[in-house]
Amino acid sequence: MSEWESVIGLEIHAQLATRSKIFSGASTAFGAAPNTQACAVDLGMPGVLPVLNREVVTMAIRFGVAIDAEIDHRSVFARKNYFYPDLPKGYQISQYELPIVGKGHIFISPAEGEHREIGITRAHLEEDAGKSIHDQFVDQTGIDLNRAGTPLLEIVSEPDMRSAKEAVAYARKIHSLVRYLEICDGNMQEGSFRCDANVSVRHKGEDKLGTRAELKNINSFRFLERAINFEIERQIDLIEDGGKVVQETRLYDSERDETRSMRSKEEANDYRYFPDPDLLPVAITEADIASIRAALPELPEQKKQRFIDALGLSDYNAELLTASRETATYFETALAAAPGQNAQLANWILGDLAGALNKAALDINASTITPEMLAQLVARIADNTISGKIAKEVFEAMWQGEGEADAIIEARGLRQITDSGAIESLIDAVIAANPEQVEQFRAGKEKVLGFFVGQVMQQSQGKANPGQVNAILREKLKS
Amino acid sequence: MAPGVAEIQRGLAAGKFSSVEITQDYLARIAQHNPALNCFISVTDEIALEQARRADAALAKGQAAALTGVPLAHKDLFCTDGVKTSCASRILDNFIAPYDASVIENFKRDGAVMLGKTNMDEFAMGSSNENSCYGAVANPWNTECVPGGSSGGSAAAVAANLAPGATGTDTGGSIRQPAALCGITGIKPTYGRVSRYGMIAYGSSLDQGGPFARSAEDCALLLQTMSGFDRRDSTSAERAVPDFSGALGEGVEGLKIGLPQEYFADGLDGKIAAVIETAIDELRKLGAEVRDISLPNTDLSIPTYYVIAMAECSSNLSRFDGVRFGHRCDNPVDLEDLYKRSRGEGFGAEVKRRIMIGTYALSAGYYDAYYLKAQQLRRLIKEDFQKAFDSVDLILGPTTPETAFKIGAKSNDPVSMYLQDIYTISLNLAGLPGMSLPVGFVDGLPVGMQLIGNYFDETGLLNTAHSYQQVSDWHLQIPEAFR
Repeated sequence: MSEWESVIGLEIHAQLATRSKIFSGASTAFGAAPNTQACAVDLGMPGVLPVLNREVVTMAIRFGVAIDAEIDHRSVFARKNYFYPDLPKGYQISQYELPIVGKGHIFISPAEGEHREIGITRAHLEEDAGKSIHDQFVDQTGIDLNRAGTPLLEIVSEPDMRSAKEAVAYARKIHSLVRYLEICDGNMQEGSFRCDANVSVRHKGEDKLGTRAELKNINSFRFLERAINFEIERQIDLIEDGGKVVQETRLYDSERDETRSMRSKEEANDYRYFPDPDLLPVAITEADIASIRAALPELPEQKKQRFIDALGLSDYNAELLTASRETATYFETALAAAPGQNAQLANWILGDLAGALNKAALDINASTITPEMLAQLVARIADNTISGKIAKEVFEAMWQGEGEADAIIEARGLRQITDSGAIESLIDAVIAANPEQVEQFRAGKEKVLGFFVGQVMQQSQGKANPGQVNAILREKLKS
Repeated sequence: MAPGVAEIQRGLAAGKFSSVEITQDYLARIAQHNPALNCFISVTDEIALEQARRADAALAKGQAAALTGVPLAHKDLFCTDGVKTSCASRILDNFIAPYDASVIENFKRDGAVMLGKTNMDEFAMGSSNENSCYGAVANPWNTECVPGGSSGGSAAAVAANLAPGATGTDTGGSIRQPAALCGITGIKPTYGRVSRYGMIAYGSSLDQGGPFARSAEDCALLLQTMSGFDRRDSTSAERAVPDFSGALGEGVEGLKIGLPQEYFADGLDGKIAAVIETAIDELRKLGAEVRDISLPNTDLSIPTYYVIAMAECSSNLSRFDGVRFGHRCDNPVDLEDLYKRSRGEGFGAEVKRRIMIGTYALSAGYYDAYYLKAQQLRRLIKEDFQKAFDSVDLILGPTTPETAFKIGAKSNDPVSMYLQDIYTISLNLAGLPGMSLPVGFVDGLPVGMQLIGNYFDETGLLNTAHSYQQVSDWHLQIPEAFR
């Protein structure tokens, strides 16, 4: 039997960062007491009418322009009809036939040197539902309608991804993009950025798609990867055991790390979409699009290309530095304080700093080492005040909150020894103490040089300039 | 004695009577006659008298607004803050609206007094006012007959002089048909002229509020207050409202009036046709030029309307689910039971029928054949009118094919009931303004004549009706029992 291939498409719900709701003036702030941010419109009271918050249109178009999408001059809101207690009107105002953002695409880089284009089918505007709270009341369900009417942009990808890893790379890319565009805060814990995954499997080489399952309730990238991998395994096992995948919605349970059936296609609603007669079609002019395009910030793809072309960074480093707007800003701020240190800064940010942040589970914005502090450290390496090795010690001290690089170097006496007289006398002492190794070197065993360098560095407590040590040692050993 | 809105305004201004006095008169008349007519669901005595007292104070200080002190009745689907707003449905029998509809706000702003909330067909679905959980409304001209619907309570109240004016809503004829059957004047403005905010929706793309009164002059005053752009209704028209009263008296000299042949065809009662012909002659004498026109797609308007209105209502009425407000069944065992019984107990038969038909029309696999097709026909119907208005200023015809029928006569025959709207329904599909005015009687029951105007030409309608009413007194007739 031939190899299996998984086919994955994602539906991402990005909550748009407006102050008020999509069709009412109520606040969208997170965390208020239940039902305190729901006005008559959000409650679906008899007689109320929706009024479009024009800001969401601008935000959606920002996204559309950024993914190079087709944007129609007319966009229509439609009603998606179904009954649920946290859906106050008995329908959700969404978009169906004429979404605001049409076909577009985005590039992902799932691993070093790999590049893939992922198609985006559409992105449409809709209102969020409220929340049903099942666990706080005995035999009753609480309903909180604060979230009802919160604006969402639903971004639907083509089934272009072939592994959980690619799906995560795509989700991260969209996450980064909406934050670059300042249209979504990206907070996955608060539900501002949610991913549903459509997963199916087929034999490699087949054209036809397998039956898919839709995975819901995934609230982190880690869980996204796990849920997809679990589902791929489940489907392959099922088929290999002679079973059939059924089209259904499955919930991911992060505690058990498994997906569970929620409802099958037969139980699925007929949503009876039709254009919402309470809202006029949204008219979008070329001029609207042009002015939104002109106001776009530098996008991750453009920034990455600039980092490669103008700063000489590697493709891989440029990709990592631009993966989030915050990291890119950190890098650019540091670079402004230490001009020319492109590669050094990139290495420090993606190496030691990323490691330290990761270990402490901190965001780059919360780093104790500011971009200016890192710039100073890199500058001290460049001007030979300290060696790269000593710099690691200084970095660690800065991370621990001991202050800026210069202060730490002074306080700890870490300044590099560059006086050749001082280095020479250190070397003379080491040569005198190790006659055996001197013989070996002179007999042609070049490797012994490393031993001497180590000894000299140890004697200098690491402060001797390694370049000078090397040069003087060679000379002395040869003579 | 049946003073109109304008006459009351003048009387109040001249100090002939106070708002409290006239409000008390109307409240007394309501107390006396409502048991026979059943046209009010709620009578808001206390609110009315309080508003009247404030109106008198304002009048005394010379701070009167457009309608200060004028008592009016409102159809019970306009939300009224703190007052029951039922839509004549059991599902909203316990619903106290937490806010005012824009129309109600406008009347408050202009100083009007609210006498009460009027009976109607449940959720405005019906042409006879028999579909009310509070019982049928009787026609003041013959209490065995229907007043028309769905705004039957408002029409009957004005006809019996229980209010000088009242609000209604018109989705397929719900202002014009009851105005015709009750012998009064009513206008449905252009879609978008009056805000729908706070008007409980039936068919959102068709619904439009408007006034009932004895005369076109009074309708002009009430419509003035009701009209205007409202940012809370995205479909409301952002355009200036003309001075409706100011345009009255321009006459009809040279006015080109079109008579759609299709409106005078087989379905029309011959006696009604004769009454309308007489009224047309009056307009000719006043200088109007009358010619035949054609609206070839008229016969498509009923099926088109019922698909669209029912599709929209099936969705609009989903919010009545027993969860947040309105009727909830006792002891639901689970969510599905809660929905099924709350809605099953709360909605009447006609509402259920329309929700089911509408749900069907929107279902996967049927959408294209029904809803989409209906939208295409809607465009054709609209084009018929647009073409007609290339050659005429106004279109004229009967409002209804028959006069008021007996209560119960059509209640088991929905299709025959739906045909009552044959002349009125196409205007809602096109979004055009229309009005009905009384032009005579057949067998003791009033006959209404319909005027159809071009978009936002309410002025033309009101002016034409006013010209006719200057030379006729049909609009001043009051049934004997209510004089």
